[in-house]
Amino acid sequence: MTDLCEHAPTRRALLGTAGALFAWSLMPRMASAAGARDSRFVCIVLRGAMDGLSAVAPVGDPAYGPLRESIALNGETGAPSLDGFFALHPAMPNLARLYRGGQASVIHAVATGYRERSHFDGQDVLESGQPGPGRTQSGWLNRLAQALPAGERVRPSGGAGGADLLGVGVTPPLVVRGQAPVYGWAPPMIARANDETVRRVLDLYAARDPLLASRLREGLDTERLASTQGGAMKMQGNAGTPDGMRRIAEGAARLLATDDGPRLAALAFDGWDTHAQEGGATGRLAKLLGGLDDALSAFETGLGPRWRDTAILVVTEFGRTARVNGTVGTDHGTGTVAFLAGGRVKGGRVVADWPGLSAQALYEGRDLAPTTDLRGVMKGLFEEMFSVSDATLSRDVFPGTAGIRPLRGLLA
Amino acid sequence: MSALPVSAALARFGLGARPGSLAAAGRDPRGLFEAEMAAPGAGLLADPALPDGTASLAALYAYERTVREAAKASPMTSGMASPAASADGAMAAPRGMAASEPAMEVPKGPQGSQGPAKDAAKEPPKEQPLPTRMHWAEVSARLAHLTTGEGTAGGFVERLVRFWTNHFAVSTLKGGPVRVLSGPFEREAIRPHVLGRFADMLRAVETHPAMLLFLDSTLSLGPDSPAGRNRRRGLNENLAREIMELHTLGVGHYAQADVTALSGLITGWTVSGADGKLAPPGAFFFNPNWHQPGPLTVLGRTYPEPGFQRGVDALDALARNPATADFVALKLARHFVADVPPPALVGRLARTFRDTGGDLRAVSLALLAAPEAWDPAARKIRSPWEFVVAALRLPGGFASDLRPNAFLANLTALGEPLWSPAGPNGFPDTLDHWASPEGMKTRLDIAAKLAARVQADPGGITETAFSQGALSDESRHALAFAESRQQAAAILLMSPEFQRR
Repeated sequence: MTDLCEHAPTRRALLGTAGALFAWSLMPRMASAAGARDSRFVCIVLRGAMDGLSAVAPVGDPAYGPLRESIALNGETGAPSLDGFFALHPAMPNLARLYRGGQASVIHAVATGYRERSHFDGQDVLESGQPGPGRTQSGWLNRLAQALPAGERVRPSGGAGGADLLGVGVTPPLVVRGQAPVYGWAPPMIARANDETVRRVLDLYAARDPLLASRLREGLDTERLASTQGGAMKMQGNAGTPDGMRRIAEGAARLLATDDGPRLAALAFDGWDTHAQEGGATGRLAKLLGGLDDALSAFETGLGPRWRDTAILVVTEFGRTARVNGTVGTDHGTGTVAFLAGGRVKGGRVVADWPGLSAQALYEGRDLAPTTDLRGVMKGLFEEMFSVSDATLSRDVFPGTAGIRPLRGLLA
Repeated sequence: MSALPVSAALARFGLGARPGSLAAAGRDPRGLFEAEMAAPGAGLLADPALPDGTASLAALYAYERTVREAAKASPMTSGMASPAASADGAMAAPRGMAASEPAMEVPKGPQGSQGPAKDAAKEPPKEQPLPTRMHWAEVSARLAHLTTGEGTAGGFVERLVRFWTNHFAVSTLKGGPVRVLSGPFEREAIRPHVLGRFADMLRAVETHPAMLLFLDSTLSLGPDSPAGRNRRRGLNENLAREIMELHTLGVGHYAQADVTALSGLITGWTVSGADGKLAPPGAFFFNPNWHQPGPLTVLGRTYPEPGFQRGVDALDALARNPATADFVALKLARHFVADVPPPALVGRLARTFRDTGGDLRAVSLALLAAPEAWDPAARKIRSPWEFVVAALRLPGGFASDLRPNAFLANLTALGEPLWSPAGPNGFPDTLDHWASPEGMKTRLDIAAKLAARVQADPGGITETAFSQGALSDESRHALAFAESRQQAAAILLMSPEFQRR
């Protein structure tokens, strides 16, 4: 039973424990209905286009080794096999552990609807949830927060700061920006201004500059919430270093773990544009994947008992060329992977309609062909996690996706 | 003619007022900016102590060799000399650099205790590794120039330098070589051309080792070149793509085939290694052995004759492309005037660019002459760099800490680490980006930190910083009733009139 044609217009072969997903997706949604759980959702954006063919290597595809030459992964490089066909990058032991424990899965040969190769437009499409670049100043996660059905808010009341959304970084990623209020938070790096000075500046803004007043007030509220959890956090780290990824995840997990804190969060990690010296089992990409792996582990630890209600989705703007390039790296491509991790995830599976890597199968003769639309993945997730209807998702959150079926059964 | 106060004009187009700026501007800040543009050597940073890019990269090579040899000689201590990681390949030791980068660190002691006196009391300052010292020397030269340098009372030209450096962004996050080259890149590829021809700047940028290394082009090799046929290496299209997408045309004006062809045209543009076999160590050179042969077509124009020149010709054609004029005009107007600038202004700048063959002096003058640019409504907020620089130009103690690492740490905390954007698109340039909740909160913390050393009366500082009528009654009131000089100084830095421009 490997057919999912009930749910998707294209034939979706499910590698791994396919039957389970099929069976589950036919069952009425009950346990997953919002209200029964206090759900957390985290979106991690990897900026720069992560190489999905190295993160989750199709070692069973005969074309893979020759295409990837010296950076190819295989059993000898210590990459743990996921299902006999795909192997996980060896720099991700925590994700491998979660996968084995049924709390992580992989969606392969996935892409947004964007088919050019500009990072910035690609990220714009990925984060805005719009069919093309430059269409909007709001992100899909923000619009999702606005679309949550009344009575099924992710949080019963406003709580401190009044925001369901957490955006990590001095400037929160586009995916979380929009009309719904957002906590902005970044690891603090410097001493704080004293309360009296803060009050006076706020008073001055209230009188003269409403925009700056609201922005400053939000920033202060968020910091207050973050610093009451676990004392003064003295953090540092850049979102493009492995250490920085872990520290950012620790701080975000602390905010999400609180009872009256935000329930939806977005963060971005930089530096995935591996055009040169990408490395195989070790090297540049391995270090980044190791940082992502540490960050997932930090979420698991930091969320504590909330981990079981959490789903983390890891996405990137597009993939990289199937063939290694002239500088032992890879150039901008199309299809790639997305990761799902968390206690809510029905894990231990690679979900893919594998297109193959033969010369004829490659998209425009160079890239992994995308066979799963990332927006279908997201719609399936949010439908089950937050009881938002496909009609609402297709209209308000991912406009123009009425023809893309939600990929259901990804959650436990 | 304009209701824009003089001090507000200095914030919008320049670096903000310093002692003497308001007097120099009189009632005509535009005249001050134009006079600074007309001065001989405008835009240049003359500091004889700073080595050029080639010497900087050669010094880094020599330093890395020393570290490797020291590690070999005493393997027990090699863990401490982390730049040795660069021994394993072209990606030179970003990790080692980060470990030895105090500028990126949280103050070690209790919060707020990062004064030099206190640090010195704890332990004598350790000498920083050579790449860090080189980087800091570049930063120090800028700090001196921006705060008290000649020709920067107004500072329009320095803002142009900043704009173009961000347009042609390289990032020290790439690692060792780009880190030591980021300062020379700005001095050699940007500054000489900010009032010259765009085409000249483009050529200087794309042939500079900093850009070639940053976008992985130094090892890009024509697959059918003599060397390409012997080796298992080939094209890297990263630089070619960003030349068209970010440096000239903007996205949507070219196809994948153009990217591939342009990357072929610039094969062989590379940087000499430590051995210096084909060119002096650290220098740009053209390696014909790596150059892709055969005719190549970019945007409908075919470049038949292999060699260095056809890459330059392709760049010149991109500089002349009308899309480039539109792209540059929009970015300039967005930077100086408004996130969504008046279309008439953008159109006029683009026309000037096209009519003058990309004469950036003429384009900059057209911006200063545009009535739309003098709208009294302040639609932008100072970027973190503009904010910190403006604060350091004030009298009364704001500039008592001009250490480069303190400057770098402030910019990093504010989300605009110097010469270190996350990607080749540089830092965003919009109100929403910089006036984020987290950004505003961090600004307040930085303002309090900078103000902590102020000993002077707020009255004198205010007179230097704001022209008649520039400061609102509410801001004046808040300054007058502050509970300490330091608090007044922090409020001054955070006042809407200091933040907005």
